[in-house]
This record gives sequence, C-alpha cells and structure tokens, in this order.
Amino acid sequence: MDEITTNPIETQTPRGSIRWGRILAWIALFALLVVVALALLQRQQGPVALGQKVPPFTLTTFDGQQIGPEEMAGKVVLLNFWASWCKPCEQEAADLESVWRYYQPRGDVLFLGIAWTDTETASLGYIEKFDITYPNGPDLGTSISQAYRTTGVPETYIIDKNGLLTSVKPSPYTSQAEIKAAIDPLLGP
Amino acid sequence: MLVEAVSAQQPTPSDDQVNQIAKQLYCPVCENIPLDVCPTTACAQWRELIREKLADGWTEQQIKDYFVLQYGDRVLGTPPAKGINWLVYLVPPIAILAGVYILFRAIRSWKRPVQTDNMTPNDSEVAQIADPAQDEYINRLEEEIRKR
Repeated sequence: MDEITTNPIETQTPRGSIRWGRILAWIALFALLVVVALALLQRQQGPVALGQKVPPFTLTTFDGQQIGPEEMAGKVVLLNFWASWCKPCEQEAADLESVWRYYQPRGDVLFLGIAWTDTETASLGYIEKFDITYPNGPDLGTSISQAYRTTGVPETYIIDKNGLLTSVKPSPYTSQAEIKAAIDPLLGP
Repeated sequence: MLVEAVSAQQPTPSDDQVNQIAKQLYCPVCENIPLDVCPTTACAQWRELIREKLADGWTEQQIKDYFVLQYGDRVLGTPPAKGINWLVYLVPPIAILAGVYILFRAIRSWKRPVQTDNMTPNDSEVAQIADPAQDEYINRLEEEIRKR
C-alpha cells in the first residue's frame, strides 16, 4: 500500500490557515488605520463655524442648578469660558456682569459662565470678587469646551434665538459697548 | 458635630505626599508637563486641591477619580483601559508579537539549507515531464548520446 497521502484537505489546511491569518492581519491593520484616521480627523476639526448649530450641553452651576437646551431655547445666549487663574479673564469680568444686568430684565438673553479647568474654591472666589450674578458652573470633564473645541480662555460664544452661532471672541471684550454690539442685532424690537 | 469634622482632618500633607499623586496627573492647560513640576498658577491650584483632599482623608484613588470627573480622562498620565483606549494597551504587544513572528520566520528561512535530495518536482515540472512532446525530445537526446 502506498503511504503517500493524496487527500487534498490534509495538504491544503496549513496553507489555508496561513492565508486566512494574513487576511485577518490585513483587516486588523486596516481597521486600526481607520480608527486612527477618524481620531485625527476629529482633532483637526476647527472650532464651531459661524452660522452653524451649536452643540447641545447641560451646565450644572456651582449652586446645583441645571441649565440645558430647554432653558436656552428661544434666547440669545452668551457663553463665556473663563478661569480664575486667567488674568485676561479679569479684564472683561466686570463688563460682562454689567451687560448681564442690563439685559436680564428682558428675559430673552441668557449669560452663562463656564469655569474651565479651575478648582471650585478658586472659581467661587473669582465669582465673589467680581460680584458675578449670572449662572456659572464648572466644565465637568471639560466636555463643553471639547464640544465647542475652544482654544483657551477667555473665549466667548454668542448664540442666537435659533441656536445658531453668531459670534466668537477668542480674547477678552474691551468694553460693554463691544458686548452689546454683538447682542443687540439678535434681539427683536 | 464640630468634633467629628475636626477629627476627620489629617495633618497637613507634605509636598512629597501631594507630588506623589500630582506626578500622575496632567492639566490640560500645559500639556505634557506633569502636575508636580508644572509652574503655572492653574497647576499650583490643582496641587493645593490635592493637598486639601488629602487633608480631608481622601485616598489616592478617590482624588484621581475626582480629577477625572472634574476635568476628564486626559488628566491621567495613563489612560484608563476602556473604550477605544484599549488600543493603547493591545496594539503595541500585538505589533511586537507579530514582528517577532515575522523575524523568526525570516531567520529560519535564511538558515535552512537547500535540500536537493528531498526535492520533489512541483506540479509544473510534473506537467512538463508528462508532456508527450517533452518525452519525444528526451528520447531523441538519449538516442544521440547512445550513437556517440
């Protein structure tokens, strides 16, 4: 009896498994490249563009109040990112508070302060120092600043009543008039 | 009540105790500089916060969890093994193992001598031998040799 095996399955199995191993390796490599490419693409995206719908978020203020899309709907929203250790933020703090007090009685303007990478003690000290009365809260997990892709502090976003971004100020406001000039055109008569 | 609050306070933690935790954290303001050596005001505040939490009796893990909750995963020196972060832990060892395997196979193929004794004709050679035209050629060649 001839000992030579002629069964094609026995002779092809190792080659077949190697081929499948290679295919799987290429698929894994391709999947990894796709993941890396998507991550890089996300990082390279610039800030939210003017006229675009802004990303929704909910701010938990230092006194425990929740302010989300429902509270912002139909209002002109001024979103100010700040930090207690940020000296330029101090330049505009008093002006922002004055303008807030000017618009507050209307009811269709909302100012929100977001403390970025700040400690609660220092943030509360800053709020007290400048007698800030509009809602302020920490950027928990830096999720809001990441959604807006902020570049630093101070940075202020103004959103119209339809939730569209109308203005970005990546530096401190220099006067109350400058802040009002950005808000007034968005308000009705 | 006051006695309880006072007894919960630990002695003021030293800089070394604070830095033991701070060196595992990074603040987003000054990327790539560990918190223990970062000179900015923001990082000084964070170190002070660690000191306060240690004084309140918090453990290292509780403090790190608090920082993650407040400032996100990116404050950690080593990313937590969850979600897409798993790639950080899986890809390098897999790549190294794959590299070692490829290298092993390459070295083995370089070292293996060419074994002419055991060489078996491959399919194309068998096909050539089985070719009648080839047979005729070989027969003629052998006949020529015999004549000489």
